[in-house]
Amino acid sequence: MIIPKQMPVEKILKTIEGFENLLIIGCDGCSGIYMVGGEKQAEMLAKLIQMHRQLKKEPGEVRYTTVLRQCDRQLVATTLRPQMENVDAMISLACGVGPQTLIDVFPEMKVFTAVDTYGMGGKDRELGHFFEYCSGCGDCLLNETGGICPMTRCPKALINGPCGGMLEGKCEVGDYKNDCAWFLIYERLQKLGRLDLFRKYREPRDWRVAQSPRKLEI
Amino acid sequence: MVKREAYSKLMEEINAGKFVYTGELEPEKIGDMEEVIEGAKKLVGHVVAANVTDIPQSFAYMNSLGPSYMIQEKAGLEAVCQMTCRDRNRLAMFADLLAAGALGIVNILSLTGDHPSLGDQPEAKPVFDLDSASLTALIRRITDEGVDLNGHEIHNPPKFHVGVAINPGALPLEPEILKLERKEAIGAEFAQTQVVFEIEKAKAFMKEIKHVKVPTLVGIFPLKSYKIADWMEKFVPGVKIPESMMTKLKELKGIEDKPTRKAKIAEYNVEYYGEFLRELRKTTNAAGCHIMAVKWEELIPRIIEASGS
Repeated sequence: MIIPKQMPVEKILKTIEGFENLLIIGCDGCSGIYMVGGEKQAEMLAKLIQMHRQLKKEPGEVRYTTVLRQCDRQLVATTLRPQMENVDAMISLACGVGPQTLIDVFPEMKVFTAVDTYGMGGKDRELGHFFEYCSGCGDCLLNETGGICPMTRCPKALINGPCGGMLEGKCEVGDYKNDCAWFLIYERLQKLGRLDLFRKYREPRDWRVAQSPRKLEI
Repeated sequence: MVKREAYSKLMEEINAGKFVYTGELEPEKIGDMEEVIEGAKKLVGHVVAANVTDIPQSFAYMNSLGPSYMIQEKAGLEAVCQMTCRDRNRLAMFADLLAAGALGIVNILSLTGDHPSLGDQPEAKPVFDLDSASLTALIRRITDEGVDLNGHEIHNPPKFHVGVAINPGALPLEPEILKLERKEAIGAEFAQTQVVFEIEKAKAFMKEIKHVKVPTLVGIFPLKSYKIADWMEKFVPGVKIPESMMTKLKELKGIEDKPTRKAKIAEYNVEYYGEFLRELRKTTNAAGCHIMAVKWEELIPRIIEASGS
């Protein structure tokens, strides 16, 4: 899923300065599931802004709502159209896709984001950690690398790794606290008896497949 | 391994089976090349060529191309121009290779390069469009076929020799050796190792890579002070300095008179590495030694002499 992180409240407050009536919009997709930008968090942010305004004696109404998936234009349209009365600005709690979809559907509206998006990954609930696992490069290498993505998990995105910065399986970036992706790949391929895939030389990638903006017909 | 024609003195001597020495020069954050040229002049006659570093440890320094040309022109010392993939995409690397060739630079050391986060501009965007393996492949295509990566013809294509780096201190070692095998298959012509302090480690490593037919120069690093030794051991991955060396440097640190202290430390390095080299030549198939005595060039002939060659 997509990894979202809410911006610091001070930053959000600065962004919305001068806009009185706000609609805060959560997303029940990744952001909601990760409890960063679902309905509950939209409600909390709305309350925080209201409290701030009461203290500062600033006017304006702050409402909140949520969309099943903010990345779906039709869902955004049907969910939000009935709620658009008396709104000066929208604040999205979805990943970076959400606010852009809002603009597509409501081109006249002022739209802000309250989230920084960290890419695609997984979660360990016990550790309370998110891990970035995919950068959406458009040319998947996982079948060759024992199921571990070097494009995302190696800070240099090397396809012929590891580099000289690996020590005891750890990566020089981040002071040897993180796993070296190529060490993990080596270990996996060794277990699978496929070190030939490790030794193999990979030609430089064709970056055209990752050329933004990408569009897929579905 | 394919026997290729030699276009440089370094390669000529390696091919002839001579035990070769290379030095190292490091252009820093400086707007002139005087120091590098002076350093190169001190190396002439003692080493066959010198590496010129390319933004080492991601510190924003002068590039390697300019000084590589200048040491050849002004000091008459052959360059091993280091090229890292951190800062340039394949277009820029190719462009620099053409310029290097036109300027008479023949030896290229193909490196992936440290991540920008390690240097003094950690905010920089990393590039790594190519890596040490694909840069090696690019250099092979230019030299062997006279074309770029997409097979487009080059007018008057330059001829290069391409070397790679390898770390005997890599832990575990197997992936490092597999990588060297990968680069051998691509056509790397020589290898220089990361610094090794223990002769036993150098010997064991040379044994491990015996099946790889890439002539390998073992890297050594004379230690100017206990402080540097301590820093290297703590912060350079895979570097292990022998206990005896640390003790000796600590002891010499105590000498109060600076010139005496410096002379004693130099003497110790000469003795230590003289023995190291003698043993390396005698017991391994190393093609030579890469002596990283940056700004301590005068030590190199003394070490070589002490080794009895």
